[in-house]
Amino acid sequence: MFGTGPTLEAAFEQAAVALTAIVCEPHRVRLRDRVAVHCAAPENELLFYEWLNTVIFEMATREMLFGRYQVQIHQGRLSGTLLGEPVDPRRHQPAVEPKGATFTGLEVRQDARGCWRAQCIIDV
Amino acid sequence: MDIRQLQQIDETTWKYGPTDSMHVPVILYAERALIESMDQKVLEQASNVAVLPGVVDAVYVMPDGHWGYGFPIGGVAAFDPDRDGVVSAGGVGFDISCGVRTLTTGLRLDDLEGRRERLADALFAHIPAGVGSRGQIRLDDEEMDAMLRGGAQWAVDMGWGEPADLAHIEERGRMEGARPDYISARAKERQRREMGTLGSGNHYLEVQVVDVVYETRIAERFGLHEGDVVVSIHSGSRGLGHQIGTEALAEMLLAAKAYGIQLPDRELACAPIASETGQRYLGAMRAAINCALANRQILTHLTREVFADQFPQARMELVYDVSHNTCKEEPHTVDGEQRRLYVHRKGATRAFAPGHPDIPSEYRDLGQPVLIGGTMGTASYVLAGCAGNERRSLSSACHGAGRAMSRRQATRQWKGSALIRELESEGVYVRSPSARGVAEEAPGAYKDVHAVVESAERAGLARKVARMRPVVCIKG
Repeated sequence: MFGTGPTLEAAFEQAAVALTAIVCEPHRVRLRDRVAVHCAAPENELLFYEWLNTVIFEMATREMLFGRYQVQIHQGRLSGTLLGEPVDPRRHQPAVEPKGATFTGLEVRQDARGCWRAQCIIDV
Repeated sequence: MDIRQLQQIDETTWKYGPTDSMHVPVILYAERALIESMDQKVLEQASNVAVLPGVVDAVYVMPDGHWGYGFPIGGVAAFDPDRDGVVSAGGVGFDISCGVRTLTTGLRLDDLEGRRERLADALFAHIPAGVGSRGQIRLDDEEMDAMLRGGAQWAVDMGWGEPADLAHIEERGRMEGARPDYISARAKERQRREMGTLGSGNHYLEVQVVDVVYETRIAERFGLHEGDVVVSIHSGSRGLGHQIGTEALAEMLLAAKAYGIQLPDRELACAPIASETGQRYLGAMRAAINCALANRQILTHLTREVFADQFPQARMELVYDVSHNTCKEEPHTVDGEQRRLYVHRKGATRAFAPGHPDIPSEYRDLGQPVLIGGTMGTASYVLAGCAGNERRSLSSACHGAGRAMSRRQATRQWKGSALIRELESEGVYVRSPSARGVAEEAPGAYKDVHAVVESAERAGLARKVARMRPVVCIKG
């Protein structure tokens, strides 16, 4: 799965929506609650890995799904807000639990036009 | 896979290398058609494992091999701690100690006549399955550590099972060397409410019928007869194992750099066995094995409760419990010398040959039971480890059918609700919280389990004992 955007932050946000899409249709998730998260890593690809695993941890322990994400990154430190609601199996029809982000296909890069792309394979 | 790169040793044995930096060759076991259908990446990944420090003998690929993260799934590789050998979280996988157990029920197919649907509903109502499902058990810190040290033995002590179960579980239900203190608070937090839950993806609980017996003598000793109803449970260490794997991968990437280990693939991140990082991972991983054993034990207890209610005459005894994502320290004879090796089996089952002291005494002359998980619509198998398989595969065999296509491809090809109806018309009652999850797990998305098992037998890894077909399937 991958996310793209005009900024590194936007690419991370879109990739997290793609992570939700592995579980259920993101538009089915009501943006009722907000969860603040933080993580850090010495370089962008590891930060992306940490970001996705942070989201997976919050999904698992809060038993929530998130439909929108807001990310700020400053000097290798990420502050994020996850917007979503508790899992409702009947309405969300969740297909599968993500186990973790992997290093397989892990890539964070900016193309010649300045567009960012963040990607990796999620183990389910 | 391009078969021209391989040297064919016999009908089901293929060799590659060693070339360049590979310390050992790659040996693949499968008939030609399965080898040809394997992704080229399987060979690339197995060859990458063969360059890691301290790898000995060969890197083996089982007949159900398919590409994974770093190590191929269906991969077996052993490392010698006395030769700078390493341990790799990617060589174990994210779902540490994922495995299968099979129970007899004392029931016959006739006993299910007209009652399959009700049994399916009762199991689905009682066994927490799927995303967001919650078990009835919530562990505090002290209980969590006791579970991580005690495994299935802890679960039995807590009342979830019978002492007789323990003799039929690898390590007698409790992995030695577990270090709960090496596990992060996050990993424990992820597990706190997940004990006794099935999970999702390819995890399942199936009621099955023994439809073919290949080795009557062995099958009878395992408690299996044609027409018998059995239950198989496929699950693992749930959130705890996933979190340990995730954290170890990042930590081992730094460790590999610090120890000057050149990684051909970041997913092969590893650390010397003797290093602090290596020892911490091993202690945490062994605790995760205990978590998986305890989890399957609790699931067994829940299943027994349902059967006691639906079929009071049922007597459920554990045939065996095997894990297929592990790294275990084992003595093996390699190049005529006995050594203690750290054997990584990722999507591969330990399959000790007859006579091995770690096989329960009542099965010891038969070989270790090897449980091969199937799909909702095909079959599962019980095999037994073969004499001579230590030399062939470090006493290992396959673990399942192995995926043939991605989840996305599967959802394009099948619709969950239609698949559930189709299977029901064939007498298989599927219950799942997610129609999409069922489509992703469509039987057609997997390799031909029969061909995989045939290859395993012909290669001398394990012999066929019995085949079971599903009649009820609870999918997460």
